[in-house]
Amino acid sequence: MVAAVMSATESRGLRRRNWLTNVNAWLLLLPAIVLLATFTHYPILATLYHSFFSLGRSGPAAFVGLDNYSYMLDDDVFWQVLRNNVIFALATVPTSIALALLMAVWVDKKIAGRSFLRLAFFTPTVLPMIAVANIWLFFYTPGYGLLDQFLKMIGLSGHNWLGDPATVMTALSVMVVWKEAGFFMIFYLAALQTIPPDLKEAAAVEGAGRWYFFRRITLPLLMPTTLFVSINALINSFKLVDQLVIMTKGGPNNASSLLLYYIYEVAFTFWDTTYAATLTVTLITILAAVALTKFIYLDRRIHYQ
Amino acid sequence: MSEIVVNAVSKSWGGVGGVDRVSFKAEAGTLLVLLGPSGCGKSTTLRLIAGLEEIESGHITIGGRDVTHLSPAERRISMVFQSYALFPHLSVAENIIFGLKVRRVGRAERDERLKKVADIVGLSQLLDRKPSQLSGGQRQRVALGRAIIAEAAVCLMDEPLSNLDAKLRHEMRTEIRSLQQRLGMTMVYVTHDQTEAMTMADRVILMRDGQIEQNGAPHELYNQPASDFAARFIGTPPMNIISWRDDTSLGVRPEHITLDDHDGVSATIKAVEYLGADSIIICDVKGETVAVRQSGYCSVTTGTKVNLGWQNRHVHLFEKNSGKRREGGLPQ
Ligand SMILES: Nc1ncnc2c1ncn2[C@@H]1O[C@H](COP(=O)(O)OP(=O)(O)OP(=O)(O)O)[C@@H](O)[C@H]1O
Ligand SMILES: [Mg+2]
Repeated sequence: MVAAVMSATESRGLRRRNWLTNVNAWLLLLPAIVLLATFTHYPILATLYHSFFSLGRSGPAAFVGLDNYSYMLDDDVFWQVLRNNVIFALATVPTSIALALLMAVWVDKKIAGRSFLRLAFFTPTVLPMIAVANIWLFFYTPGYGLLDQFLKMIGLSGHNWLGDPATVMTALSVMVVWKEAGFFMIFYLAALQTIPPDLKEAAAVEGAGRWYFFRRITLPLLMPTTLFVSINALINSFKLVDQLVIMTKGGPNNASSLLLYYIYEVAFTFWDTTYAATLTVTLITILAAVALTKFIYLDRRIHYQ
Repeated sequence: MSEIVVNAVSKSWGGVGGVDRVSFKAEAGTLLVLLGPSGCGKSTTLRLIAGLEEIESGHITIGGRDVTHLSPAERRISMVFQSYALFPHLSVAENIIFGLKVRRVGRAERDERLKKVADIVGLSQLLDRKPSQLSGGQRQRVALGRAIIAEAAVCLMDEPLSNLDAKLRHEMRTEIRSLQQRLGMTMVYVTHDQTEAMTMADRVILMRDGQIEQNGAPHELYNQPASDFAARFIGTPPMNIISWRDDTSLGVRPEHITLDDHDGVSATIKAVEYLGADSIIICDVKGETVAVRQSGYCSVTTGTKVNLGWQNRHVHLFEKNSGKRREGGLPQ
C-alpha cells in the first residue's frame, strides 16, 4: 500500500522531469528549426507546390498535375544539360579526388618546404569561384591567353578553348579540378595524420612494401574520407555554376550548360518560374538520392574507426 | 644460428632520452629479457634491433650478418609492439596472417598455421572480430599471434603481456617460453615486471637511464646484485638497504632476516602485511625501514620491540656514493 503510493508519486515526478527535459531540448532546437523551416523546408515545399501549376501569366495559376514534368521530359535542352552535368561530374569527381589524395600523401611526408607546399595546394580553395573563373578566362583566351601563348612558343597553333563545343567541357573541368582538389587534400591530410605511425612500422617488420601498405592499409583506412569527399564533390558538381556566368554563359549552344545554370536561365531570363520549379524539384531529387545512398548504403560498408 | 649482438649502440633525441653505448649479446635460441623502470630505454633498444629507429653509433649483427643499416623487413624478425599496432579495419584472422600474405604463403598453409596459432593465443572463437570489438588483453594476444605465426628465427616482444590478468599472464608466459624453446627462437623480451623476467629469462639485462646496470642470469641478479639499484629492483619486497658505515650501506633480503628475542639489531614493528603464504613485517630501525618476511600468518602487534638477526653470508655491501657492489662480504 505504502509502496504503491510511493511509486506513484515517484513516477509522477519522473514524468514531470522527462517533460521538462523535452521542453528544454525543444527550446534549444527552436532557433535552428525556425531558420531551417523558413529558408529551407518551406521553399522546398513551395517549389514542389508550384511545379504542379501553370504559369498563370494570363489569369490565375491553374493546377496542371504532371504537365510541367512531361514537358520537361520532352525538353531537349533539359536532357542536354543533364547529360552535360553527368559528364562534368564523371570528369571532375574522380580526378579531383585522386589528385587530392596524391597531394595529401606527398605533403604528409617529412620533406623540406612541406608547409609551403600545403599552402600552395590549398590556395585555390580560398579563392572565390568568380575570381578563379576570371584567372582561367585569361588562360583560355584565344590568341593572347596564357595557354595559346605557350602553344605558340612550342610551335603549335592556338585554339578557342571555350568557344569550341568539343573542348569547352574539358577546359571547364580542368579548372574545377584545380580549384577543388586542394580543398579535398586538406581532408585527406587530416585523415592521414590520424593513422597511427606504428601501423607502418608493424607492416614494415612483416615485410610489406610501401605500395602494399598503401593499398592494403592506408587506402581502406581513408575510405570514410573518400566517401565524404566524393559525396561533397558530386554535390558540388551540381551546385557550382558560378564559372559559367563568367566564362561561357552555358555556351556555345548549351555545350557547357549545367542543370543549375539552366534553372537560373529558365527562371530569370525566360521568367518561366513554374518550369524552373519543376527543374529544381528534379535537381533536389538527384541530390537527395546521392545523400541517401551515402547514409543508407555506403555507411554500412565502410570501416569507421 | 641467429644470435643478436648489440655493440656500443647509442641513440638519443637531441641529447636526451634513448640509450647510451649499450652492448650485449643474446645467444642463439635463448630468451633475453630487457628489464627496467619506465623510460629506461627498453623499447628504444628493441626498436633499434628491429630497425625502426636509426642508429647514431655502434652496430648490430643478427646471426653474424651486419644489419645496422638494413630495413626492418631485411632483418627477418617478428615483433610485438607495446601499442599492439593492429590494423583496425582487418579482422583478427587477417591481422594474424598479414605477414604470411605479404610473403605469399599458400592459402592451405596459411589456414593451418592460423588455426595452430589461434589455439595457442586462445582466439579461435574471435577470428572474425575487428580489433575494436576486443578487450585490451584480447588485442594483445592478436599482436602476439601475429608475431609467432611468422616463426621467425628472431622474435622481439615489447611488454606483450602487460594487459593480461594474472592467470592468463601466467599461462601465456609458459606458452611463450615453451614455444621459444621448441622453435629454437632467439627472443628479446621487454618487461618491467621482474617476476616475468626471473621466470622466463635465460639472461636478464637490467637497464637504467639508457645504460645497462647489470647483465646476468636471473639467479645472478638475485644473489649478486651489481648495485643497490639492482638490489632494490629485483625481489618483492625489495632488498633492505640501510647505512652501515660512512661510505658503505648494507643490504639484506627480507627473507634472510629473522626475528630474535635478545640478539641482533633492535627494531620497532610498524606494520604487518599478510600475503597468504607469508607475512611482511615492516620494522623501524633507527629511522630506516626494514622489511622482514615470515612464513605463514604472523600475529605481532605494532609497536612491539623486536631484535633482527641475519647471517653474514646473506649480507651485501654497496658503496654509498656510486651504489656499486663491494665484493668480499663482511670483514668480521
Ligand atoms: N621518439 C622519441 N622522441 C623523443 N624521446 C624519446 C622518443 N622515444 C623515446 N624517447 C625517450 O627515450 C627514453 C627511453 O624511452 P623508451 O621508450 O625506450 O622507454 P621504456 O624503457 O620502453 O619505457 P616503458 O617501460 O615506459 O615503455 C625515454 O626517456 C623517452 O622519453
Ligand atoms: Mg617501452
